Amino acid sequence: GTLCVVEGSGAGELDAAAKATMVCAQKHLPKPIWAVVASRSGAGGEDLAKSVAGLEGVEKVVVAETEGGFLAEPLSAVLHSLVGKQDPSHVVTGSSTFGKNLAPRLAALLDCAPVTDVTEVVDEKTFVRPIYAGNALSTVKFVGSGPVVMTVRATAFGSEKLESSGEAEIEQLGEEEKALMGSNLSEWVGEEKTESERPLLDAARVVISGGRALKSEENFKMLEELADQLGGAVGASRAAVDAGMCPNDMQVGQTGKVVAPELYVAIGISGAVQHLAGMKDSKTIVAINKDAEAPIFKIADYGLVGDLFTVLPELSAKLEALGYEKK
Amino acid sequence: MRVLVGVKRVIDYAAKIRVKPDGSGVDKANVKMSMNPFCEIAVEEAVSLKEKGLAKEVVAVSMGPQASQDTIRTALAMGADRGIHVVTDKELQPLAVANMFKSLVEKEDPKIVLLGKQAIDDDCNQTGQILAAKLNWSQGTFASSVVVGDDQEKVVVTREVDDGLETVSLKLPAVITTDLRLNEPRYATLPNIMKAKKKKIDKVTPEDLGVDVTPQIEVLHVKEPEARSGGVVVESVDELVDKLKNEAGVL
Repeated sequence: GTLCVVEGSGAGELDAAAKATMVCAQKHLPKPIWAVVASRSGAGGEDLAKSVAGLEGVEKVVVAETEGGFLAEPLSAVLHSLVGKQDPSHVVTGSSTFGKNLAPRLAALLDCAPVTDVTEVVDEKTFVRPIYAGNALSTVKFVGSGPVVMTVRATAFGSEKLESSGEAEIEQLGEEEKALMGSNLSEWVGEEKTESERPLLDAARVVISGGRALKSEENFKMLEELADQLGGAVGASRAAVDAGMCPNDMQVGQTGKVVAPELYVAIGISGAVQHLAGMKDSKTIVAINKDAEAPIFKIADYGLVGDLFTVLPELSAKLEALGYEKK
Repeated sequence: MRVLVGVKRVIDYAAKIRVKPDGSGVDKANVKMSMNPFCEIAVEEAVSLKEKGLAKEVVAVSMGPQASQDTIRTALAMGADRGIHVVTDKELQPLAVANMFKSLVEKEDPKIVLLGKQAIDDDCNQTGQILAAKLNWSQGTFASSVVVGDDQEKVVVTREVDDGLETVSLKLPAVITTDLRLNEPRYATLPNIMKAKKKKIDKVTPEDLGVDVTPQIEVLHVKEPEARSGGVVVESVDELVDKLKNEAGVL
């Protein structure tokens, strides 16, 4: 069977990484499914556990509660213990910062090589994963012993539908595992979440991204207004992040977030390889750039050569005329 | 305390990669090679710990063929004190690399191992986490700030996570992996490049370290992703909105 590890983001609903994890297990990996829901005390972990328990193929859900945030040291020890008892053929989690921090540590405890950033399951041991910032796709086969510990990309599995018809039992951690949660190697101190009313970048239907040509943090507000009109999220190129115009968690690219919305609008972004790797699977790509030679036009479905400072207000006004109100 | 820093030789981030026609991998012949950008950030952090008087010695480690020595020289020119080169022509995967680091850690006894969060060739993002587990050390991945306590018992690491920043306090010794905003790596100056030539690089082999590097993951084939065909250039905002609404159906 397959052990799924799901991060409770707080809302009680499956986020993009959790959904991709469950889709991958339900459609592509051996059954039954056992799920571990990592949840913060008082943050809706029970509700999330119920959502997961209702999915087809799920036999058991274990809730691992923690005070404060998640730490890889205790969580990997808990999972190691659960793997020992359940003996899954696969352990899968999302390619989020939570999963990337955790999965290799767990794999190491099991002395097996992890397979990260999987975008396709060819068969139970064979997977496709992007390398070189998505400029090549590598098909790899796990030939080690022990379970396949893998992380999956939300953009690759997130759009498939989850089947619900299950009624799995929900358990709390046993005493043995609870004791492991008390590892004293690390301590969670605090967090600074980016506050936003907008949808999360990796789950948004529309993403409006800006590059260095925006010139200032102040000008990024123009993108926010456009995003709000379309109910979308705001992203940025690494160049804009490096120039200090916006925080790193807005970065779309190989070293930032990988997104695949229905509509991606790249504004003042030249289209460096590392940025393209983060958005080229979007359904429709629009590029707005002053430089007609910018590489972004080579992959955009619709390109508009022009000065963003005149194009954006016009675009906003035209959208308003179509009924997309300004907020 | 001593800091061990990993430096990987990869195809330069600005070079265009070519998949070999037989699908066996990516062509590395006649391509510019450089230090992995995340490793540069790790070297910078290690050297700055030394400059702040917190670290006594910085040891740069690279693993791979003869040419990996150039990457170690770059780290030495940036300010690392000496180098260790694990010489092998075999393909190395993160699990093997971490096992060899573990063996070096047991010999060198560092308090901090600094690694890049990922290498820009295989994009694995695994080695630091695997090493931390193998050593039963704490891990501070995707670091954007590293503050070593004066008593050198703990290190406070701010981490770049999906929805913002997170701060953890780690018991030392620890493995720390670097994210982009941790620092801006310095350029090696010519005098320092000259000085680096005199610094010592020890050579060892995986066998010396007692590590079997046989991969658990076989690469079956590598291919280029399907090219996205460019679309049309529209003449006006009106035309753009019209296409989005009536052709793409996304409005």
